[in-house]
Parts: sequence; C-alpha cells; structure tokens
Amino acid sequence: MLTALIVFVVASILAPVLTGWLGTRVFYLLTLVPVVGMVESIRRASAVLDGITVRESYSWIPQIGLALGVRLDVLSWVMSLIVLGVGALVLVYCARYFPATEPALGRFAGTFIAFAGAMYGLVVADDIFLLFIFWEATTVFSYLLIGHYTDRKASRGAALQALLVTTAGGLTMLVGLVLIAVDAGTPSLTGIVRDPPGGALASTAIFLILVGALSKSALVPFHFWLPAAMAAPTPVSAYLHAAAMVKAGVFLVAALAPGFADIPGWRETLVFVGVFTMLVGGWRAIKQQDLKLLLAYGTVSQLGFLTVIVGFGTRDAALAGLSLIIAHALFKSALFLVVGVIDHRAGTRDLRKLSGFGKRSPALAVIATVAVISMVGLPPAFGFVAKEAVFTAFLDSGTAVGLVALVGVAVGSVFTVAYSARFLWGAFASKPDTPQTEVADERPGILTSPGILAGGGLALGLVAPLVGDALSGYSHGFPSAAGQEDYHLALWHGLEPALVISVATMVLGIAMFLLRDRVLRAQSLVPSWVNAANGYWKAMRFIDRTAARVTARTQRGSLSFYLGVILLVMVLAVGATLTLDQPWPTEFIWWDFSGQIAIAVIMAVAAIAAVRASKRFTAVVLVGVTGYGMAALFALQGAPDLAFTQVLVETVTLVAFVLVLRRLPQRIGVAHPSHARGWLRATLAIGVGVTMALVAVLALGSRIADPISLDLASIAYEGGHGANVVNVTLVDIRGWDTMGELSVIIVAATGVASLIFLDRRIDDQPRPARVSGRKGFLLRQRPVTEPARPRGHELGDDEEEETRLAWLLAGRTLAPENRSILLEVTVRLLFHSIIVVSLFVLFSGHNAPGGGFAGGLVAGMALVARYLAGGRYELGAAVTIDAGKLLGSGLVLAVGAALVPLFFGADALTSTWFEAELWALGHVEFVTSTVFDAGVYLIIIGLMLDVLRSLGGEVDRQQEEDDPDTPNERMPKPADEKVNP
Amino acid sequence: MSATLILVILMAIMYASGVYLMLERSMTRVVLGFLLVGNATNILILVMGGRRGLAPIVGDGSSVDEFNDPLPQAFILTAIVITFGVSAFLLALIYRSWRLSQADELQDDPEDLAIAERDAAVEEELRHPDARDTEVDHLDELLAARELGDKGEQE
Repeated sequence: MLTALIVFVVASILAPVLTGWLGTRVFYLLTLVPVVGMVESIRRASAVLDGITVRESYSWIPQIGLALGVRLDVLSWVMSLIVLGVGALVLVYCARYFPATEPALGRFAGTFIAFAGAMYGLVVADDIFLLFIFWEATTVFSYLLIGHYTDRKASRGAALQALLVTTAGGLTMLVGLVLIAVDAGTPSLTGIVRDPPGGALASTAIFLILVGALSKSALVPFHFWLPAAMAAPTPVSAYLHAAAMVKAGVFLVAALAPGFADIPGWRETLVFVGVFTMLVGGWRAIKQQDLKLLLAYGTVSQLGFLTVIVGFGTRDAALAGLSLIIAHALFKSALFLVVGVIDHRAGTRDLRKLSGFGKRSPALAVIATVAVISMVGLPPAFGFVAKEAVFTAFLDSGTAVGLVALVGVAVGSVFTVAYSARFLWGAFASKPDTPQTEVADERPGILTSPGILAGGGLALGLVAPLVGDALSGYSHGFPSAAGQEDYHLALWHGLEPALVISVATMVLGIAMFLLRDRVLRAQSLVPSWVNAANGYWKAMRFIDRTAARVTARTQRGSLSFYLGVILLVMVLAVGATLTLDQPWPTEFIWWDFSGQIAIAVIMAVAAIAAVRASKRFTAVVLVGVTGYGMAALFALQGAPDLAFTQVLVETVTLVAFVLVLRRLPQRIGVAHPSHARGWLRATLAIGVGVTMALVAVLALGSRIADPISLDLASIAYEGGHGANVVNVTLVDIRGWDTMGELSVIIVAATGVASLIFLDRRIDDQPRPARVSGRKGFLLRQRPVTEPARPRGHELGDDEEEETRLAWLLAGRTLAPENRSILLEVTVRLLFHSIIVVSLFVLFSGHNAPGGGFAGGLVAGMALVARYLAGGRYELGAAVTIDAGKLLGSGLVLAVGAALVPLFFGADALTSTWFEAELWALGHVEFVTSTVFDAGVYLIIIGLMLDVLRSLGGEVDRQQEEDDPDTPNERMPKPADEKVNP
Repeated sequence: MSATLILVILMAIMYASGVYLMLERSMTRVVLGFLLVGNATNILILVMGGRRGLAPIVGDGSSVDEFNDPLPQAFILTAIVITFGVSAFLLALIYRSWRLSQADELQDDPEDLAIAERDAAVEEELRHPDARDTEVDHLDELLAARELGDKGEQE
C-alpha cells in the first residue's frame, strides 16, 4: 500500500512533463497508476475478506508515536476499490473529454493523480494523524481541481469556498482527533475503534470529528459548497463530488460507527442531520434547470441518506450502508460523466433548451437510464438491493429514531424518484414546445467509462448475495440484533414491507414528476429557510471587516505610535507589578564615592540638554559627553576594559556622526517641532525612567544568592588560562555570545556599505599605483615624493619638475585648501605606532585590559586618522584589502576557533594553551582562544573600514558629484605619480 | 544587595531623555535617543554588578571578593560594540533618506494607512454593486461564490 502511495507521488510529479510530450493521451498512461493500487487491493482480497486486517507500518516520528501506518480491512478495501476504480475510469474518460488545446492540462493531470493518491491514502491510513494529513491534502488538491479554470471568477470563488468550508471542518476535526488519540492512548484508528474510550471527553472528541466529516460530505449546514463546486470540469465533479472526496466524511462515520454508534447523541444527531440534508437536497434538486446542478443537489441528498444509514450503527444498517456507498459511487459518477458528454455535444446543460437528445444519442440514453434505475432503486440494479436493505434495517430496529429515519428516507426517496425522472426527461426527451437541439458528433470511446460504471451497478445487483457475503466482514463488527437473523442482500426477499415502501415511493415520485408544474409552483411559494451560503458570505465579510478594522486601528504606520504603545504597555505592566507586589528594600546607598556625584551631574545635565538642543552638532556632542561620562564611571567602578572600549567607541561614534551630519542642515526638527505633543511624550518618557529605576532598585534589592561570577575568576584562570576575567569570558567562557555579536556586526557593516554604495559592495575606487616584486620592494624603501608645484598648475616647457618629500601617499589628491601639513606629519609619525599598539592590546588582552575589541578599535582609530588627513585615496592606500574580505577572514578565524576543538573530541570553542622557553623571549605562552580574539580584531577593523569607506569616502564622492563647487579629491594623472628614481 | 541611588537616578534621567528623543519625528533625534537609551541600559547592567570594586584581573594578591562583578562587564562590553554597529547603520539610513528625499523625518507608512481606506472602499462597493471595482482582494471570488450558492438555494 505504501508502495502504491509512492507511485502516486512520483506520477503526480511526472505528469506535467509527460503531458507536454503526450498531450491528452497522457491520461491513458496515468490510468495505470490507480490500477497499481487496485492490483494491490485485489491481491489482498482473499485475506481481507477472510476477516484479516492487512497492515503495513513504517516508523516516522517515533518520539511522538507517529507512524506511516496503513491497513486494509473490509471497509477500507471496499473504499480503496471505489476510489481507485472510479479514478481509473474517470482518467480514461478525461483522455476523450479534454480537447488537445485545453490550457494547463499538465497541471490538471498532476493534481488529479495527486488527489487520487491522497484519497487512497485517506481510506487506507490507520494512524489518525496520517489520515488527517491525507484529509487536508484532498482539500488542497480539490481546491486546485475545482479552480481549474483560473480565468473564471465563479470557478475561483467556488474553489475558495470549498477550501474554506472543508478546512474549517478539518481543523475542528483535528482537535477531536488529538483528544481521542490522547484519551485512547493510541493514534491507531482500528485500535481506537476496537477499544473505544468512553466518557465526556471521548464524546466531545467524537462530535468534533463529526463536524469535520459532515463538512467534507457537504451535509447541512455545510452543503452549499458542493453545488458551487460544479464550476469544476465534469470529470472532477464525477470523481470528487460523486465517488471520492464527499465520501470521505461518510467513510469516517462508517469507520467510527462500530466503536461509537452507541454514545449518547451520535445516532440522533446523524439521523436528524442526514434526513434533513436528504430532504433539503432532494427538494432543491427537483427545481434545478441545470442538469449538473440537479445532480449536485441530488448528491447532497444522497449524502444525507448515506449518513443516516451508515451512522445508524446496527449490523443490518452497516451492511445496507456499505452497499449504498458502492451503489451511489457507481451510478452518480456515471451520470456526471453522461452530463459531461451532453454538455460537450449539445453545448448546454439547461434542460429547458435540450430536446430530442435521446433520439440522436440512444447509447448515451441507455447508459443514463441504467444508472438512473440504480439511483431510484428499481430492480435488478444494485441500488434497489441497497435501498431495500436500508428500509428493512430501519423497520427492524424497532426504535423511535429508526422510525424517524425510515419516514425521512422514504420521503427523501420520493424526491429522488421525482428528480431522477426529471433528469431523464430533461436530458433526453423530445419536448413539443422546444426546438430540437443541435448535436455535435460524439467523440469515439467517450462512452466507455460511463458505460462500465452504469453496467457495474446493474451487474452487482445480479450478484447481490455474493456482494453481501463479501461485505459481512464489516457489518459483523456490529452486534447482531437480538433474536433476529442477519439480513442478507438479495434481489428478492418476498413480499416484505420494504418492497411495499419501495413501490409507494416509486408511485408518489412518478406522480410528483408528472405534476411537476404544480410542484414547481408550490415550491416557489415556500420560502427558503436554509440559506447557508448567505451565512458563509456574512461570516467571511465579518472576518474581512474585522481584520481590516483591527489592522487600521493598531497599524497606524507611525513608528512613534508603535514605540509609544510598546513603552506604555511596559510602564503599565511592569510598573504596576513592581509597585504592587514587591516588598521594598529598606537600605539604600546614595553614592559609592564622591566623584560619582560630579560625573552623574555632568551626564544628567548633558542628557537633558541634548533633549533641548536645537542644533545637530550640539546634540551630538552632548550625547557624546554622556558617553565619555560612562567611560569615567566604568573606570572608577573597577572596569578598565569597559572604560577603554567606551572611550574608543565614543570617539568613533562622534566621527561617524560628524561624517554624516555634515550633509544635513544645522538645525533639527524644523518640519516637526519638538514641542508637538510634548507633554504626552514627556510623561511617557518619565514613566519609562521611573519604571526602569524601580526595576533596578527592586532587582538588586531582591537578590539573596551569591553571584555566579564568584567562580568566574577561577574558571578563567585555570580553564581559560587568562588573568583578565572579562576578556576570557568574552572569548572563551561565553564565546557563543561573542560569536552572535560578531554576526550582528558583520550584518551592520554590510548594511552600512550597501545603504551607501547601493549597487555593489566591492571597493573599486582607484588607489595610488603600487609596484610589486623585487623592484617594488626596493622602491618602497625610498622616500615618497610629490611635485612641488600647486595642483592644477601645468608644467611649462622650460620648467624643471621640482619635487619635495611627501608625508602621505595620497596627500596630493586632496584639494589644496583641504590639506593640513600638520595633520599629515602627525599621522605619518603616529600611524604605524598606533597599529603596533593595537596589536599589543590584542595580544596582551588575555591577561591585562584589552583584547580583540579594544585592539580593533585602536587600529580603527589609526584608519580614521589616515582618512581625516589624506582623504579617501589615502584610506585606500592604507588598507589595500577590501572591507568585506577583512570581515570574512575575521569570521573564518572565529568560526575556525570554534570548530577545530570538535576534531579533537572537545566541545566547540574549547581552548587550550601551549608554553615554551624561547632563548630570546624567555617564557612564552600561547592560548588558542587568542585566535578567536584575532578574528574579533579583524571584524572590528572591517567594521571601521566599512564605516569610513561608506560614510566618509563615498559620501565625499557623492557630495562632489552633487555639487561641482566642492573642493574635490582626485587621483593624480600618471605623470604626477612618479616615484623619485 | 542595595543599589547605588545616584547611579539609579542618573539612569532614570538618561532613559527619560532617550525615550523622549526616540518618540520624535526627526531621525537624528531618534538615533541620539537610541544612544542615550543604550548608555542608560549599560548603567543598569553596571548597577546590577554591585558596588565599586577592583578590576577583575587575577594576580597581585587581589581576592575574588574584591572584584567588580566581571559578568555584567562582559555583557556591557558586548553591548557597547553592538550599539556602535547599529548606530552606524542608523546613520547610514539617515544619510540615505536625506539623499533620496532631503528629509530627516520618519514618514508614516502609507500602506498601513491605506488599509482603513480600502475597507471603506469595499463597503462602498457592496452598497453599490454596479460600480464594483474588479480588483479588491478576494472580494470578487466571495461574491461569485455567493451568487453560485444563491442560484441553487433561491431559484
């Protein structure tokens, strides 16, 4: 069975490709796919009919008890034959039905096969969650099949409606399935039914499952999706809406009935809903003018009929129900296929326009008549046998519910006879006042499938006792009625009450048909009390409207609004909790040392002044003051690493701000003055400040245990082999945190570069030319010179080129008014020293304040100096590597340091150390986490480089581009850049 | 343990100033507010580390009890650098916005604002079905489904 499912999957994937090669003939090939499954079922026939349940199971997610468990018992065996057999015949029909020019035929073929596979999986699945997956798969594929004509609004609408209704039912069912699986302790359907749990929980679960089943089988109040789904191509209607999908719900009821038919409410609910559906469907079918809609409402009616009998839960009812499922699948799909032929040949399905079709197409008329005989339940068709069995089962039950069911289905059968007669008359009769229909030629072979299906219904009737024996394996799952013999399927049971009822329904039905004009008139007087489609419409509009209004209320499109809401919730929730619940700390320390007061006052004044500042640079500098204040606090608190890093970061932040803000106007907030809704914002801001103060005081006040960091020092010193606890924490103990941080930094650096450079990240700006090789090495040892004449001054013929010593490689690229010789000299003297210092900071960081972050920032400062003194070409000359490559190699080092320990069987990021006595250097140690720190160092340099390149160099270039008057930088012409020989 | 109140007050002032700035429309002010809130948060973590202590560097006979708590320090170090990365990104955003539209302001998102109007438009169309616009989400499909249903149910 699992093999057959795999064949379905593969075939559905290949089908579109095959359709490209074979056209409509692909359907003949695809017919083989369901046949594979049928062969499997037939091969198992003797075992299954002997009462053995054939199982296959493949472990899927054992941790939660999910398995790919499938089984064949009599019920699923019969269902699999229906699903696959009708599927194969409909595929044959498709080959003749669709013209070669049909658009999207490949998609249709693939979806159809996928649907058939899902349906097959549904009936054989034993694990109820697997069953649910197939159940939802049929929903999704039916959506695609109903919406086959994607250009038709009605088709899309019907597909959407079917999808939403059946999915809503399916989700309800899922809740029930979970409940029942937990209650029963097994997800196996056969296991649950064999040993059904009782009690309120199980009943709730079963009724939730019934909601899913009823929605899938289009029972009132979910019935409305089925007639709408007639927008699908006819083969889809014949398969999904007669034999397969709508039977899924009935199948589930039938599968659960042996275990749960006796729980309170089950029988009453199903009989009531079923009878009501049968009557509503039949009533509406009588008045339809479209043959396909007539069949659709007839199907709704029959599904109600099936639900009544299948859910009734006695041995005789079970036998009758399963027989009726078979009979219905055969005659209803045959009739849909007949309607497809009529539609194609006459160009209409409207029975008011059809006339004399039977004379033109006698074979089709015969097939339709044979199918209708089974539908109305005339001997010798199988439909007759099944209907007799149903009547007898209700008669013999001797209960009030049984009586209601009997009367209901008898009246429903009268309607069935009436609309069946109307169908035959409408499709094939010659109507005196209607012109004869123009009929196109029949496509050869198109009658095969409906013929076999209709003939099958007749043939099974002739061998009814054999069929009855075969099905008894299912019905024997129910207890036999006390003191009665089991019912046996047969064409002739003698003059029994059931036969009398059959004859009566037939007579009344024919009478209704003959008096159809009066019936129609009477119908138009009765108001339609059930308009579920309108309910669906209202529900959907309600959801739409609510969604739109909620969105419009909450998503105002304003960042300040969102922030305000978030902060308000924080103030109210956190603030209220803290004020109400906590015992207040009684001890306070005002300050640790008097210097703290001075620093705090300066920072507070700067922060408040920054709020009020109206000029950009003022505000930036004031915020910078708080930053440097932080550094002072850190230093005095006992955190030299933090102080060091903070000073460096604050400086580069200032530089970055200045680089950007030089392009913006001097004053802030001209368009939106700061005082707009100022009080509101101030209140919220103060609320946040107070809340955070409460958090700080209470959090610290409620601390009773020793901090875990008391152990950090020994872990760092002994495990990480470093004296600087903070640095070892970063690169070793909590290395994963740092790894995450590095990723953030790489993303931020890349983001900065791509926001400014837009199209590409690679630095392709020209750089001062370099000579490589041995000659280049020698050349680089000589002093660099530049022409002494002013830039832009062309050399006259008689002038001798004079040169002077250049302090920077690209100093001459700056406009003369931007050059500062003092800066150039300073940078020239300091640059290399700073780089060496940065390396020292990097490597000493393990034991003294410093490390990769600080080292990288120091090196970054050196780059800042080069850029400020010599402009963007100087920056290019200082770092010839692309920033992206720096970031990347830093990440490689860091990840390498994390991964290499894995090869030695240790956890990721584990560090070790090597020590040696070297004669010149003395005792030397190397800790492997230094490699990680070096990665950090490179990534920070990459970040700095990206910031300078983007916010500095590229912004310069764009400014020069926008405004030609700006003093510009440019590369010297080749003649200029002579190196002193 | 008890908190150092002067630091808590400073933190509250910086949070308040930062939040006030972040609720502005000027993007420069938002970024400055972001920096202030970042600094305030670092003070919060610092306060959690307890009172002033020695630098957490093993050696020289200093004992673990005298250290300022190293774990909050490691967190703050991470926070400082990330704040720089993020503010650089925000600065790039400011520059980009300025270069494209000469605006240093947070604009309201027109798509979000349009939702309410679109809902009103749908209601209007339902009231006057003749003037129906053909492209309002899946409204068309819903209407088609309703018509199909009504056709069978009310005929």
